[in-house]
Parts: sequence; structure tokens; C-alpha cells
Amino acid sequence: MASFRPSDHVDAERDADLDERRAAPNQPKLDFVGYLRFAWRQLTSMRTALLLLLLLAFAAVPGSLVPQRSADPNGVVQYERDNPQLFPILDALQVFDTYTSVWFSAIYLLLFVSLIGCVLPRTKHHWQALRSRPPKTPARFERLPASTTVDAGDTDAAKAIEEARSLLKGQRYRVEQYGDSVSAERGYLRETGNLVFHTALVGILIAVGIGGGFGYSGQKIVVEGRSFTNVLGNYDSFNPGRFFAETALDPYTLTLDDFSVAYEEENLDAYGQPIDFDASVTARTRDGGEQQSSIKVNEPLRIGGTDVFLLGNGYAPVITVRDGAGDVAFSQPVPFLPQDSQLTSVGVVKIPDGLDEQLGMRGFLYPTAIELESGALASSHPEDRAPTMTLEVYTGDLKLDDGQATSVYALDITDMVQIAGRNAPAETLVLTPGDTIELPDGLGSVSFDSLPRYISIDVHRDPSQLWVLLFALLMVAGLLTSLFVPRRRMWVKAVQTDAGVRLEYGGLARGEDPNLETAVQELAREHSQRLGLKVDR
Amino acid sequence: MTEELASISLVGVYSATAVYTIAFIAFTLDLAKRTAERSATVANPYVSASASASVGGGTAVLERTGTTVDAPAGRSKWVRIAMSLTVLGWLLHIAATVLRGIAAERVPWANMFEFSLTATAIIVGVFLGVQFWQDLRYLGAYLLGFVVLALGIATVNFYVDVAPLVPALQSAWLVIHVFVAALATGFLALGAGLSVMQILQARREASGKGARFLGTLPDAHRLEMLAYRLIVVGFVFWTFTLIAGAIWAERAWGRYWGWDTKEVWTFIIWTLFAGYIHARATRGWRGTRSSWLAIIGFAAIVFNFTVVNLFFKGLHAYSGL
Repeated sequence: MASFRPSDHVDAERDADLDERRAAPNQPKLDFVGYLRFAWRQLTSMRTALLLLLLLAFAAVPGSLVPQRSADPNGVVQYERDNPQLFPILDALQVFDTYTSVWFSAIYLLLFVSLIGCVLPRTKHHWQALRSRPPKTPARFERLPASTTVDAGDTDAAKAIEEARSLLKGQRYRVEQYGDSVSAERGYLRETGNLVFHTALVGILIAVGIGGGFGYSGQKIVVEGRSFTNVLGNYDSFNPGRFFAETALDPYTLTLDDFSVAYEEENLDAYGQPIDFDASVTARTRDGGEQQSSIKVNEPLRIGGTDVFLLGNGYAPVITVRDGAGDVAFSQPVPFLPQDSQLTSVGVVKIPDGLDEQLGMRGFLYPTAIELESGALASSHPEDRAPTMTLEVYTGDLKLDDGQATSVYALDITDMVQIAGRNAPAETLVLTPGDTIELPDGLGSVSFDSLPRYISIDVHRDPSQLWVLLFALLMVAGLLTSLFVPRRRMWVKAVQTDAGVRLEYGGLARGEDPNLETAVQELAREHSQRLGLKVDR
Repeated sequence: MTEELASISLVGVYSATAVYTIAFIAFTLDLAKRTAERSATVANPYVSASASASVGGGTAVLERTGTTVDAPAGRSKWVRIAMSLTVLGWLLHIAATVLRGIAAERVPWANMFEFSLTATAIIVGVFLGVQFWQDLRYLGAYLLGFVVLALGIATVNFYVDVAPLVPALQSAWLVIHVFVAALATGFLALGAGLSVMQILQARREASGKGARFLGTLPDAHRLEMLAYRLIVVGFVFWTFTLIAGAIWAERAWGRYWGWDTKEVWTFIIWTLFAGYIHARATRGWRGTRSSWLAIIGFAAIVFNFTVVNLFFKGLHAYSGL
């Protein structure tokens, strides 16, 4: 019986066809189908699967050496800046998208084709094996990897076989009697586990590949006291899956009531290290339900089929700019990006309208400002204990009108003139909350009204997630049974000799079975005991 | 209080390292001694002990095999001294680790120094534990050499003062994910050690040349099988580490898999050992070739913990350095 294992599996039985073909002096020419069959056989062989596995491990390495667009887009930009010569070459090789690259995909797809080509016939064969009788007893046990004999004297052969049968059955073997011998097999679960493991791997791939396409993820910055409604236009950035439809968004609203951070105060080695982030939010669902909850790192909020994660935080000083007549031209919280662990932050204000000229400001925020010996400011603690903001002011063209997308965190000063700052007649503006400073040339004034915090949230929906988890658990279950359940065949034969009955025991393992020898010896010992034979130990 | 406990813990680490170093020397002397004994008696117990168990004729002679095959030849006093010292060092090591945990009021594996401390304690624990199953004391020199180096580097280069957990690490998964990863490392370290022995032994069997202590070790085939059985356990733990890490990543970072550098290397290691298991079932890949895979896999683990942690940019930035 063919095992349907790959031909180079250590347990594969010799393929008679193949041997014959090798032996034949005039090999028939392979036709097209023959070549296909040959190629398929190669692809589904153990050796190919093994090489593809090792190749996959090797191909994953470059993705850890250079930044990936999916995980670290800023790193990729930085890499391009640092290595302008090397970058285009690596980019052409898709190294910055290693895990979606053509070559990486080719390897794992080939691996999975090979895997499916191996699993399908084995499943069929295993299904048949599950319902067939244990194989006939071999004639000679000496050839088996484990065997032993016991001289049973005048014991009745039929009784001995009947006893062996019930003994093996008690050890959860499937048994079948062939004349004066009994054939037993156990450990079908090993192959079942093996097939479940490999099928679950395919399941994970499908769940990720297809199920992931229905999900989306989006990022949004929410300032204390403000709200966010889950509709497409509200996101700062949004990554839809391939099959995403806008109707999938459940328009709930989150209001950030308060964001509090606890800092380490006692341990001087870690003084000022944040030990807890807690965002208190009020969630309103479409049906009018209202619910208070908190979002923490490691404790996302599950709402409307999405998970809301707390990924970052910072300060968003409320800045008001008035024109020369005192009318408000700009007034809103401006999220500043943290630059270090003391939350020294940088931010940009752009005011295209409402003033005589377009106005841009680049600011630094020091939550707990101290003055260094050089006279420069620095922050000594991430909490807003003595907040100070500095602003450099520019006038000119903000370049917002040429239709090109620009970052809200970057100020293009090529067509602007500094009117307050290091390179201007007027000094850099230095403000603490409540301060108002007049701009030069009667342009107007700038006020630092208050200093709320903001959080950046990540909203995720991934319907495939549960499936991936399910398949991963099946994988573990399959792995455990396929590695630790021994699959073995046992035979007990009663042979009449001149000196009486000789009992022969033989065992054959399928796959790794380090305890086969012991199992055969144990069987012989227990069987002898049951038959009341004296055993020499 | 915290600082006092942490400094007592550090004294414990120094003491454990010192005791381990002496144990390492004793294990090495044992290997040398085995050589001497063997050259004196010129007997290889494995040849006779692994003889066929099939015995015909007469009354039944039933040999128990498999469990007693590995009785070592060189039961020198050195190996007993080495084992006693290892147990002593381990108790000190455990005490130091527990004290560090008490000082920090959390599990003692939240930065590179603490992880090195706990992981090496678990590795030695696995080494001591498997002795109840198989006599693998001949791996003592290899394993303690590794542990002494790891502890030395950890205390000299990775030491950081006790600090509270950053919010990202405040999770029950820190306890599970990291502990199981260390457990996997223990089994895979022993598997790699046995694979080294397998390669040396196979070379010796083929050419008749090689270190003489190898004569007191099991044959290459048996070494390979022992390595396989340990690595399979390690592989299951590694699989669990990977899945637990994915579940945690989903809770902390909002995605279960993002090809972060550490995730990439965990995947590479998993794939290498999956390759090892397949190699063991492929004609022409059994023996020395699969042993090399096991060694490369373990080297990747060490690489993942050291080079990836320190020099690769990623989300698993918890070294505290």
C-alpha cells in the first residue's frame, strides 16, 4: 500500500513504479503531462518543502535589516536621506516592502502549494486508513525495527492470541486477528494532528489574505474635551483593506473627557518615567446609548465592531492669533509632536487667511522648562509643571494653494521671511499659559491660552482576527498530537515449534517513536504475565 | 528598600556566577577524566549495551532497553562535584532572581539584564530537570560555559537599576510570553548542545579520529534522537511564545502581527526549527545536516536576543539601555 507520503520521506515505502523506471534500460520519453507530473512530484517532495522553508527563513532577514514601509514609514524616508545611492537599488528590489515583495510572496506561495499538494493526498489516504483494518501480519519479525520472542511451552496458541488481543485493545490499539496472529495499530491521531497542523497553516494564510481585506485601520488625534466621530472624513490617516466599503464604519462618537498620566515619583533611578496612561472617554453609539470608559495601553476599548487603541500622547497648546484690529484670525489647540522622554515637543501653526500676510510659526514646547547654562531652554520633566512655549514667526507664502499635499507638522520656509526668532530683528516669542505677545510691525498678537493634552488613537477593525486565532490554536493542538502521539503497529504471533508454542512480538513505528523498543518489551512482559509464564528478568 | 534588595540580588548573581564557573571547570575536568579512564580500560559501554534485544531460545530473556543505555562510563568524582556545584549555584541564582523581583515588585524579566538573569536560571533549571529523564551531564561544560558567559555579559554590559514597568509592558502576557520564551530557549540550548556532540561523534565514527571523551558518549544516532526530542519540546514552547506574543501585540499595539524586527526573528527561528523537524523526516538530511540546522536555529535565538535587541530598531525596545 502506498503511503502517499512524499517519495523522499524517510517513512515512505519504496515506490515500485519509480524503481521499475530506474531499472528499465530504455526509459520512455517523458511527454508534456509526464513533465508536469515530474515537476509536481518535485514540488511536493520533502526536500523541496525543506528548501523552501529554509529559503523563507533566509528571505525574511532583509526585512529586519532595513526599515519597512508597513511598520516604520518614517524610517524609510530617513534611510533614503542617509543612503541616496543605495536606496533606489534596494527599493527596486522591494526590500522596503520585504513581506509583500514578489520574491517573498513567491517563496511562501510555492511553499503552500507544496504543502497543499502534500496534505491533500495524505488526507485522502488517512481517511481510508482510519476505516480500514490493521495490516496483515508480516512473515518474519526479525526485519522489524523492534522484536522479541518468548517461549510459551504448552500454552494454548488460540488462548495466547486472544489474550494478546484483549491486552492490545486495552492499550487503545485497533486490533485485527489473522489466523494465529493479531495485528494492532494505534496513534492515528498522530497523522490527524499532522494534517490538522498543516491545514490550519493554510487556514491562517487564507484568513489573513482574504479576511484582512475587509478590515481597516485609522489614526486620529483627539484633544482633551474634544470628540471624534467614526466617519471616514474625520481620520488623520486611514488604511482601508482591499474589500473595504465605507458602510462598514459604525458612526459612534468618542469624547476625550480627561487624559491623566501617572509618573514615578519615588524611585530616583526612574524619576519621571510614566507608569500609567489613562484616557477617560464617553462613548455615544448611534442608537443613543452612552457609556463612560477608559482606554489604556494594553486595554483597548471595544466598540462598534472596532478596537480603539491608545498609541501616543502629547500636548496641544491652545494658540490664539489676533489681527492688528484685535479680531481672532486663529484659535485652536495645536498638537505638538514629542521629541524626547521629557516631552520636549515641536509644532507648527499655519495661518493662510485673516491677517495682512500669510503667517507661519514654528514652536517648541517645554512642559517643565529649565534654563541650561548656555541659556537654551530644556524640559526636565514630562508633566506640565512649568510649561513654556517658544515661537519663531515667519511671513510670506505658506505654499498651501498649489494643491500639493503638505504635512501639518512641517513648515516650508523657502518663500518666507523670519520676523521674530534667531535670524530676525525681533526675538523669539517666549510664552507661558495666559501670556499674550504683540507681533512685530503691528501684525497682531499671539496668545498661549491653555495646555490640554491630546491622545493619538488607532481604530482597528479586523474581522479575520478571530479566525487567525482559531487556526493558530488548531495549529498548536495539531502540533502537540503530531509530535507526541506515537504511531505504531504491533504484531503478536503464536508459532508452533517442536518445543511448544513460541510467541513472537514485533513493532513498527511510523514517524519518530523513541519508545518503540520499550513498548515491544513491555507488551511481551505483560502478555507473559497474563499467560502466567515465568519470565527471566 | 528597593535598592538594598537589588544590591543583595546582585551579590547573589556574582556568587552564582562564581559557583557556576567552578562547576564549569569541574565539568571540563570530568570530560578530561573520562578520556583518561577510557584510555585506561579501552571499553565502550554503548557497544555492548545497545546490542539487539531479540533473544530466542530458552526461557524468555527480556531486557529493558532504552532507559539504561546511557549509563555513563566515566562516573568520575568530578561530575558529581560539578553537579552539586551546579545545584548550589542554581539555588543562589534563583534566590538572586526572586530578590530582584521582590525589589522591583513585579516579575524579574522586564529588561535585558533581568531577562538574562531569569532565562539563564530557567536554562540551568531545564538542564537539571532533564537529568531525571536522561543522563545528559556530559553537556554540563557546554551549558555552564554558555550560562557563565551570558551572566557575565548581562551583569557587566546590560545592568540597569530597578525601574517600574512602562505601561506597554503592564500585562499578564509579560508573565506568560516571556517565561515560555525562556523555557523554549532552555530546551533548544540543550538540543543544540546535543547536536554539536552528534556532529563530533559522527565525524569520529566515520574517521575514527576526534576528542577521546566522545567514546564515553552515546553513539551519533542516539545523540541525534535525544536532540530531536528536546528540540521538539522547545519548538512547541516557541510556537506558543509566538502565538502569545501575537495576542499581546494585538492588545498593546493594535495588530497581532506587524513584521517588527523582533517578530521577524521569532518567525525566522520558528521556520528554522520547522525546517529542522522536516529535515529529520527527509532522506539524506538526517544526521549531521539536521544537526547543523539545530545549531543555526539556536545561534539565531542568541542573535535575536543580543544583536536584534541592541542594534535593530523596533517596538520591542525594552532593553532599558
